Amino acid sequence: MLKSLCQKMFGRSLWVYHANSGGCNGCDIEVLNALTPYYDAERFGIRLVGSPRHADVMLCQGPAMRSTAKALQRAYEAMPAPKLVFAIGSCACGGGIWHDTYSVIGPLEKLLPVNYYVPGCPPRPEAIIYGVAVALGLVEKKSAPVQFKQMEYPVPRYHPQDLKEQDGIVVYEKLDTV
Amino acid sequence: MSLTSKLQEVLVCLRAGRVTLPYPAQSAPLPPRFRGRPIFDASKCIGCGGCASNCPAREILVYDVCQEIRILKYLGRRCTYCGRCADVCPEKAITMSHEFETATGTIGDIQQRLDLFMSTCQRCGRCFTEPSKLEELKLKGYRYDDLENERWIFRSQAYLEGQPVVDDIEIELD
Repeated sequence: MLKSLCQKMFGRSLWVYHANSGGCNGCDIEVLNALTPYYDAERFGIRLVGSPRHADVMLCQGPAMRSTAKALQRAYEAMPAPKLVFAIGSCACGGGIWHDTYSVIGPLEKLLPVNYYVPGCPPRPEAIIYGVAVALGLVEKKSAPVQFKQMEYPVPRYHPQDLKEQDGIVVYEKLDTV
Repeated sequence: MSLTSKLQEVLVCLRAGRVTLPYPAQSAPLPPRFRGRPIFDASKCIGCGGCASNCPAREILVYDVCQEIRILKYLGRRCTYCGRCADVCPEKAITMSHEFETATGTIGDIQQRLDLFMSTCQRCGRCFTEPSKLEELKLKGYRYDDLENERWIFRSQAYLEGQPVVDDIEIELD
């Protein structure tokens, strides 16, 4: 539903506001790298704007921090109504390395409703463009939760062919290889 | 500002050509040492938990459901792809892949979960006290064995003169 809404509302172009709430600038540089001629995000109509009042999308880098929480929420409220929030980088997705310190509240979703996540430290500019393309419906998302189950014990516990019986008891011999 | 410099500029611009990569259709080749999403191999994992105790972002969780089954969960939200888990893994069950296109709408999509059988005593079938995680890491990951003299050498030889420095991650001083 969100995808169809996105395609309807953001069909022409996305204007992007780029907010850093206390990251290390690595993700900022990658976001700006995505706008350079090499990756040319303006092919998709993505334009960087300076004010949240002009923007459709907020690209957030950095964790939710105590010092910038109010400013970030005010910037989010200033955006006009159909709006998307992208959490870019592992700080915004999960709180970063310093997720449990005093000044860091945690991941960005503790402050704002986040629509799309682009993990990476920092994510490649391709990954950011991929995230925007997922939001626009150009490509399908690739990741899905993975679960493995060992159905049987990977290493044999004993070798049945090596078990010997002597006087009614089983003799376990020391094996050279497992 | 002369005319020739302008002409030179035009030539440079013509020679440069088009550099834009047709990204979502076709991606540029990645550098060979690029570290992307770690991939856990359940068939190799022995459940020692060395990755969990060495993860700087504390994103790998290990817990035991019962005596025989241990669950190892990689959440991946704040993973920085440092590759420490793959470096520390004694069985090389973790590989750093080249996948970077992990953008999703729900953060739970990047997690991986392994259900592992833990070993018990061959004779009585109960669990035994295993060597601690630190001992296990010393045992396999961080040690140069001196097999002839049957002793452990904990010091890395990476900083000795005349020895080339190996991969910077694997340097471990005592």
